[in-house]
Amino acid sequence: MQVRCTPKAFDVCIIGSGASGGTAAKVLTEGGLNVALLEAGPPIIPERDYKEHVWPYDLPHRGVGVGGHLRHQLNDEFMAPNGAWEIDGEPYVSAPGSKFLWFRSRIVGGRTNHWGRIALRMAPVDFKVRSHDGMGDDWPISYDDVAPYYDKVESYIGVFGTKENIPSAPDGMFLPPPKPRCTETIVKKTCDKLNIACIPSRLAILTKPHNGRAGCHYCGQCGRGCMTASNFSSSQVMIPPAEKTGRLTMITGAMARELIVGKDGKAAAVSYIDKATKEERRLNARVFIVAASACESARLLLNSRSTLFPDGLANSSGVVGRYLMDTVGTHCGGYFPQLERMPAHNHDGVGGMHMYLPWWKFDRKNDFLRGYHTEFGGGRGMPGVGDYDRLCDDFEGYGVSLKRECKKKYGTYIGFSGRGEMIPNENCYCEIDPSVVDQWGIPALRFHWKWGDNEIKMAKDMQETYREIVEAAGGIFIPSTREDADHPYGIADGGVIIHEIGTVRMGQHPSTSALNGYCQAHDVRNLFVTDGASFVTNADKNPTLTIMALTWRACDYLLDQSKKGNFGA
Amino acid sequence: MTISRRDILKSLTMTAVGGSVLRVIPLEAAEYAHRMVNSEKAETQAYSPKYFSAHAYKTLQSLCNTIIPPDDDAKGAVEAGAPEFIDLLTSENSDYQLTLGGGLMWLDNTCIDRYEKPYLDCTSAQQKEILDLIAYRKNFKNDPGLGQGIEFFGFLRKLTADGFFTSEIGIEYLGYIGNTFVQDFPGCPPVPEK
Repeated sequence: MQVRCTPKAFDVCIIGSGASGGTAAKVLTEGGLNVALLEAGPPIIPERDYKEHVWPYDLPHRGVGVGGHLRHQLNDEFMAPNGAWEIDGEPYVSAPGSKFLWFRSRIVGGRTNHWGRIALRMAPVDFKVRSHDGMGDDWPISYDDVAPYYDKVESYIGVFGTKENIPSAPDGMFLPPPKPRCTETIVKKTCDKLNIACIPSRLAILTKPHNGRAGCHYCGQCGRGCMTASNFSSSQVMIPPAEKTGRLTMITGAMARELIVGKDGKAAAVSYIDKATKEERRLNARVFIVAASACESARLLLNSRSTLFPDGLANSSGVVGRYLMDTVGTHCGGYFPQLERMPAHNHDGVGGMHMYLPWWKFDRKNDFLRGYHTEFGGGRGMPGVGDYDRLCDDFEGYGVSLKRECKKKYGTYIGFSGRGEMIPNENCYCEIDPSVVDQWGIPALRFHWKWGDNEIKMAKDMQETYREIVEAAGGIFIPSTREDADHPYGIADGGVIIHEIGTVRMGQHPSTSALNGYCQAHDVRNLFVTDGASFVTNADKNPTLTIMALTWRACDYLLDQSKKGNFGA
Repeated sequence: MTISRRDILKSLTMTAVGGSVLRVIPLEAAEYAHRMVNSEKAETQAYSPKYFSAHAYKTLQSLCNTIIPPDDDAKGAVEAGAPEFIDLLTSENSDYQLTLGGGLMWLDNTCIDRYEKPYLDCTSAQQKEILDLIAYRKNFKNDPGLGQGIEFFGFLRKLTADGFFTSEIGIEYLGYIGNTFVQDFPGCPPVPEK
């Protein structure tokens, strides 16, 4: 088979166009480098792909798709294309006794099209956990190293929030927050009574015009895609300025298969499948940035075996695929009778919570290490298919009484989701499956997963806290329905919270880590892994903001090294 | 020919992109598009069922109307298009076909057995009697023979609620206000104390 090589050599080739790849494309092209950006999926086209302001009755299937198969699914007909648990022709495997779900995006912008836009900074202590409590490992960098890049990212993308001086939740460069909804005023009032912190949330949604983008128009539908780009996505906010420089070459439908190393031990080319022609192609560059999402990046390195790197590229330490973490997640809710009395009013707001509960028990001894934050929401949202399942089962009957009960209970439910830090353990990792390959013959990943005791105790604390809040507010607690042995306290399966990270971790020592503090491979100096794979710990902060800050920092370093001639001519 | 939402948004995007780095539509233009879309009215035509026989569909309509009937406050599930929605999904889903198609047959057969008439020909008192049996799970204990009917009715109740509360009629009945452009989000109106 003939392999077609791209004639032009690029300064940098970025693999993946999500939070990390998009940020890298912007920073590097604006820094003067010629960049090729490979994305495994197609472009996203707002006027075709966004579903903003569609009513359920505008669609014959009312949002649940052919045969109602999207009923209760993460993605329904209203959502912009953003990823899936299963992709045709691209299998992955859970090892016997393990269950791991892997959400993957194949579209320009990657999972920023899905992201809840929750933009939380990691706290100083989150970078130094081992020094603090003896578990896990410290990062090779500190909060002070990353803080200037949090500033840059927040200033550019726009994040709302408030200055609170809470040690577990550092303040940032904030736009004003939106006013609380009724559900939020009730929870806030209750939390004040219980001495639980409840503060305006921090989301990458514009509450006023910012850097040429319009302010939010409060339709509450960020997940459907935002025609006014008032929320953040890589495709609408990071890629356009990169394109404007004239130095970006975007290659969509490009599934990276392997990184090829030269005799000098440096990464020389990426071999990828052009999905349209099913041909293998090669693209040369002086520097490679792998930003394909944590597990996909690990997979690419593990599949890049050579005489020089028999265990996979940049894997002399053997840590690639190891230290896989997700977020501890559990969910429950409550019925709040006081909401029955609310007059009809617009409750939409931004596409996410206006308030949240940061980790508040950082200054005391708990039954578990580390912490969690809490996301909550509910109220008078746009009605959707499946909303009345529980009520129908509880109330039963039929007729006017059922109809009135539905109206009475509309908007009276508030759900609570705990999001906590998982401590990496030896039972959680991914590796190349010995036999399964995808439709292009690229070996697939196999996942191993087991929650530790600390995570279970944390989920228990979450459920107990939410019960306390609901009952203190005069509501009726509705626990998580999944409290079987596999899901104690409703803890979600690995991968379900979609915060999987840690598989190509950074560290001080090349023997126990793959990357240095600039996301640069210890073994291969012209290779960077800038996505969530580089994380050492998975604090209770949604990773995306930190992914962008680490990427920006790595790219500033790369530009500096490039100017010094450290990556060749 | 009606202008589709996509056409509007596409033309807006093309004009907006010229002067801007970002793919951004001015707020006013997007709001205009939204109103245009809202003013489009779906054409209503007589519906011919895709899956159910004429008889089964009539029974389905009758059940939907009983589950969420019209009352003084709002029209009911039939006017809201629930039977069409249920028929469409059922035509595409073999599980739905088993539960709903089989359930309607069970209902007629049970009515013939008890009242010597299919459901639609029963008196309203007879219809109420059988529905009161299958509308509550607790009745399964006394009469396991009701199992299929109870499962059928429980599922149909959910789908009827889906069809009603996602319709224009149902959404207005609930009092959902939103899905629109708001310059400044006003926050929560005063929460009435008691």
